Amino acid sequence: MDMEIEERVYMISALVEHKPGVLYSVSNMFRRRGFNIESISVGEAEQPELARMTITIKGDEAIVEQVVKQLRKLISVIKVSILDPKETVARELALVKVSTPDAKTRTDVINYTEIFKGHIVDVAHESLVVEITGDTDKIDAFIELMKPFGIKEIARTGVAALPRGMKSTRME
Amino acid sequence: MARMSGAKALIEALKREKVKVIFGIPGGAILPVYDALYADSDIKHILMRHEQCAAHAADGYARASGQIGVCMSTSGPGATNLVTGIANAYMDSSPIVAITGQVPRPLIGKDAFQETDIIGITTPITKCNFQIRSAAEIPKTVKMAFYIASTGRRGPVLIDLPRDVQTEEAEIYFDDKIEFRGYKPVYDPHPLQIERAVELLIQAEKPVIVAGGGVIASNACQELVALAELLLAPVATTLMGKGVIPENHPLSVGMLGMHGTVAANYLVQDADVLLAVGMRFSDRSTGNIKTFCPNGKIIHIDIDSAEIGKNIKPHVPIAADAKRSLQAIYSRLTEKFNRRERSAWLSRVQEFKKMHEDLIKADNGDGVKPPALMAEMRKILPNNAIIATEVGQNQMWAALYLRTYKPRTFISSGGLGTMGFGFPAALGAKVACPDAPVVDVAGDGSFLMTEQDLATSIAWNIPVIVVILNNSVLGMVAQWQRLFYGRRYSAVELKGIPDFVKLAEAYGAEGVRAQSIEEFRSALKKALNSDVTTVIDVPISPEENVFPMVPPGQDLKNLMLS
Repeated sequence: MDMEIEERVYMISALVEHKPGVLYSVSNMFRRRGFNIESISVGEAEQPELARMTITIKGDEAIVEQVVKQLRKLISVIKVSILDPKETVARELALVKVSTPDAKTRTDVINYTEIFKGHIVDVAHESLVVEITGDTDKIDAFIELMKPFGIKEIARTGVAALPRGMKSTRME
Repeated sequence: MARMSGAKALIEALKREKVKVIFGIPGGAILPVYDALYADSDIKHILMRHEQCAAHAADGYARASGQIGVCMSTSGPGATNLVTGIANAYMDSSPIVAITGQVPRPLIGKDAFQETDIIGITTPITKCNFQIRSAAEIPKTVKMAFYIASTGRRGPVLIDLPRDVQTEEAEIYFDDKIEFRGYKPVYDPHPLQIERAVELLIQAEKPVIVAGGGVIASNACQELVALAELLLAPVATTLMGKGVIPENHPLSVGMLGMHGTVAANYLVQDADVLLAVGMRFSDRSTGNIKTFCPNGKIIHIDIDSAEIGKNIKPHVPIAADAKRSLQAIYSRLTEKFNRRERSAWLSRVQEFKKMHEDLIKADNGDGVKPPALMAEMRKILPNNAIIATEVGQNQMWAALYLRTYKPRTFISSGGLGTMGFGFPAALGAKVACPDAPVVDVAGDGSFLMTEQDLATSIAWNIPVIVVILNNSVLGMVAQWQRLFYGRRYSAVELKGIPDFVKLAEAYGAEGVRAQSIEEFRSALKKALNSDVTTVIDVPISPEENVFPMVPPGQDLKNLMLS
């Protein structure tokens, strides 16, 4: 009896102590327990001694429950929330360096960038660097569109997310 | 507030945590602390002969006493030698604090002499670790370390102390208040889950309790036995749970799992309600997890919520202290439950227990039979005697055939399975409980991994008894090769085994060889009255197997009895 296990992408927000070694202990826990991180982003939170990590992982409900419990077990992790996609704003930033050997491709890339509300942040003879912000799907779509032109390099930040409105991942 | 060095501050902070003993070995990066210890008579430092033994001794001390054990080493190899002992304590939730020296702050990261990243190395095997960056932080960090080690699910904590922090003079302020934002153990059970557990237990026709080390850690043994008696439920234990219930109690059915008793394994598999307390459904306890307790509803109590649902999804999860949870269940049950008999179910208990006794009697060929040896040892040792074990066949024979009557009198490396653990752990236990006889049930292979600390036992007058089941092979590995690898004995023969009698004598200990149960009896009695460590070498056949045994990955009822 093989039950269909539903895998999907979960977003987890973790408020942690902002000090050396915390990112290591979190990422090490994921590695050691065999949980796969799709993306992770970390930065200072509303108080300078705290940092907020946004972690996206692929898995089923049982795995996510374990991830959350194992995160909570770490002493330097203060609060962990699973973010409901419907109640969450999630954004990622990508820098995409696209090959633009001629005027035609250059114009096309600039047009697409405008449609995606991105910015050209670097111009060279043979390439442009586009900065694009949005949810993961939007960035994936943009990258897909750029592929025929020839992508030289991509740097993505990973998702940063916050719950909408009154919901909060802050410490009580 | 007072001006003092970091080293002095450390010693003061340890005294405030009521530390009486440190097991350790000095070295370059921890010299200032040892200098501060030199002038101090309140803390006894026991010089071990290997840092691994220092960690195991601290662990044994903690398990025997329930207090935190402390070990100390220098940086680099001193610190890495502690690692096995720390990992061992982590797997078995034993509260130890390990203190390591570190190279001076300006040299950290420069690959200085005897520098190692012990914080990085021990992150996955400690509950928490700290590298102290200034002398002023010492009191608070020590306080946090001891608090974390001894609360919630207990475990090891490491403090790494750079040498220049030890010598730094600073205004040191000892404050008794510490605050954590990310650590608040939950002890009280959720009343709703208690109600659900009580409802299940009331309806149970075939209830079984499985008790693990968490019951001992939470001092909940009395509560557990009382609940078992109220429910008329047989009690199986994990290896770590040995001692929760006296093993001569009518409801005690011994250990479950790969080397479980017939009674424990069958009853657990047949249970309609399984109350699992302070245990974590390890593979060695459950056998094939997919067929574990197939028709039972499981109530799982554990202080570590991450254990609940990790291996088995229970019907009733109770993430709380074992003692408080058992008390809550008991008091609700007494209001509602008044069953006074369960004869059909309990007659099975007696039937299975008799099978177990018969196993001991049936095993009566030539030479010393380990089950009989264990039974004999039990007859001679007083009830408060502490048994430590090594790992392998010796450990399983002791677990199966040497009855435990009191909590904290059976000390064994459960999770990590560390050969060489038993002897240093026995030394630590003896330091904690000088009035109790302490016996290390050993194999020749295991004992050789840490026997150098015979020197410690002599030098510090820590008399223990080592009983070596000497089969000149790595017995458990050989057993698997015999049973599952067509007798292809690969790398298990221990050629060049020393004469353990002479070895003991070389250290100034007593050594004696026992070739029969009778000789063993008199050797053990003599050892109990000796004031030095005695090594009793008992030759046994290399062909002995530990039974019962469930082949790896199989259902718990799939027991091989011979």
